[in-house]
Amino acid sequence: MKVLVCIGHVPDTTSKINFANNDTEFDSNGIQYVINPHDEFTLARAMFLKEKQGASLTVVNVGPSTTETTLRKSLAIGADNAIRINAEPKDSLFVAQQIAKVAKDGAYDLVMAGKESIDYNGGMVPGLMASILGVPFVNAVVGVDVDGDKISVTREIDGGKETVSATLPVVIAGQKGLVKEEELRIPNMRGIMMARKKPLTVVEPDGDFTMTEFVKFEKPEVKSACKMVSADNVGELIDLLHNEAKAI
Amino acid sequence: MSVLIYAESWNGKFKKTSFEAISYGVDLASKMDSEAIALTINAESVEELYKYGVAKVISVKNDSLKSFATNSFAGVVKEVADSISAHTIVMLASSNVNSFAPSLSIEWDASLATGVIAEPASFEPFTVNRKVFSNKAHADVVLSKENKVLVVAQNSFGVIENEVSGSSEEFNVSPSDGNVSVESTEMASGKVNLMDAEIVVSAGRGMKSGDNWAMIEEMADLLGAGTACSKPVSDIGWRSHEEHVGQTGKNIAPNLYFAIGISGAIQHVAGVNSSKVIVAINTDEEAPIFKAADYGIVGDAFKVVPELIEKIRTLKG
Repeated sequence: MKVLVCIGHVPDTTSKINFANNDTEFDSNGIQYVINPHDEFTLARAMFLKEKQGASLTVVNVGPSTTETTLRKSLAIGADNAIRINAEPKDSLFVAQQIAKVAKDGAYDLVMAGKESIDYNGGMVPGLMASILGVPFVNAVVGVDVDGDKISVTREIDGGKETVSATLPVVIAGQKGLVKEEELRIPNMRGIMMARKKPLTVVEPDGDFTMTEFVKFEKPEVKSACKMVSADNVGELIDLLHNEAKAI
Repeated sequence: MSVLIYAESWNGKFKKTSFEAISYGVDLASKMDSEAIALTINAESVEELYKYGVAKVISVKNDSLKSFATNSFAGVVKEVADSISAHTIVMLASSNVNSFAPSLSIEWDASLATGVIAEPASFEPFTVNRKVFSNKAHADVVLSKENKVLVVAQNSFGVIENEVSGSSEEFNVSPSDGNVSVESTEMASGKVNLMDAEIVVSAGRGMKSGDNWAMIEEMADLLGAGTACSKPVSDIGWRSHEEHVGQTGKNIAPNLYFAIGISGAIQHVAGVNSSKVIVAINTDEEAPIFKAADYGIVGDAFKVVPELIEKIRTLKG
């Protein structure tokens, strides 16, 4: 079984977000980049497919050479090889087209991604890829079992869970819950040493399709000061919520 | 030309989000000099939608659409959009909409924007404002294709009542077979769905132990609220990960959000700061949650929450 895991290179969750160039682009000054958290869950689950079912694991991303640190980290966690598509990720459709081509050319059985990136939050790339490839797609996945060419996938739905089955190849988008928190992988020294020798292939993008363009960024307005209520007069809070905020 | 609005239902009943979709789509259509037309799939009382200003409803009834697959839903919405020469499709975010919107945009050759929080700021070029960086920022995005699919974030536009007299027609579709088979569905029973909740009572490490959640649940019950928690609480396993709200958990936007014993790390605030009113209860007056909150009490949750429960009980009579 060949598994392709998409790895986003995103600002650490603690990052303060700023914009540059008259608010037209993200200010990467002083930003630490990490594997997209949803992709971390997916990669950890993919590692079980490798360790328990002998799957081969390729990680892929679309980005300039600066994103290779994140791919190397994924190799240190245990992926077998990496592919970097050498382009600025212009929008979700562009990224999806590029990765779909790699997935098709490499005849991958299972393409796994996080359900969204924590930077642009489109939540579109996995579904776009599946549609471009013409294969089934399951979103917000919290459970996966592969048996031969059959896959059983549990997804979160509004207010519950649903389990579906399909025939490979399939694209799934994972999230928190796909593995337990303690099953997330942290690269160890041996992994980091081995990662240096693993193949990281750079391929050039194919085509230039986009559907959207980010033109301006802004930060939400800062809230006005918090109205404090004394802990000795809790009833006042309920009065305020009822009469002033009309929220209860 | 028309704007097609997808009004989502579950087991035949409209989801609350479908009314917000209609409200948004009707207003958008009038600004674009277009007709607003709603689409329902296996919904029962389609006339409920007239209350929100849509006068024409296309009702699809088809047994094979009773279980969800992205390809069959995308195909049907595209078929209806083409039949009425729609230029824009409006949907409200939900688990199923988020799942099939990308496929719809490919099949219909449309530009797709998700996390939309306002009506287009301009039509030439077609520009919408959406959430980015997990709600730490917003962005103006230009949709370059002629066809557009907008997925609007929940509670960003609101529900607007505007009763009209309307009519509905049944529309026959021939959906392609779903490319996944639903094996089982398991709904959480007796709990308010966090994504639909008007009020959310959320608690953090300040609760000291997972055994101390009875008062949080009691308060939520009294308010008809959903319960949520911070990331550390779900990581430790005091509460299930489904309750985790924040940057890497659920992003919620209720009317009223209680953050109890939650310090308010930037990742937490990102997931909840679309809430209309935020109440923070924390022993530490320096806790960053007070910067995000509208109302605050510096105090011990174990003393404050039981008193709140009493006051709410009195209020609710």
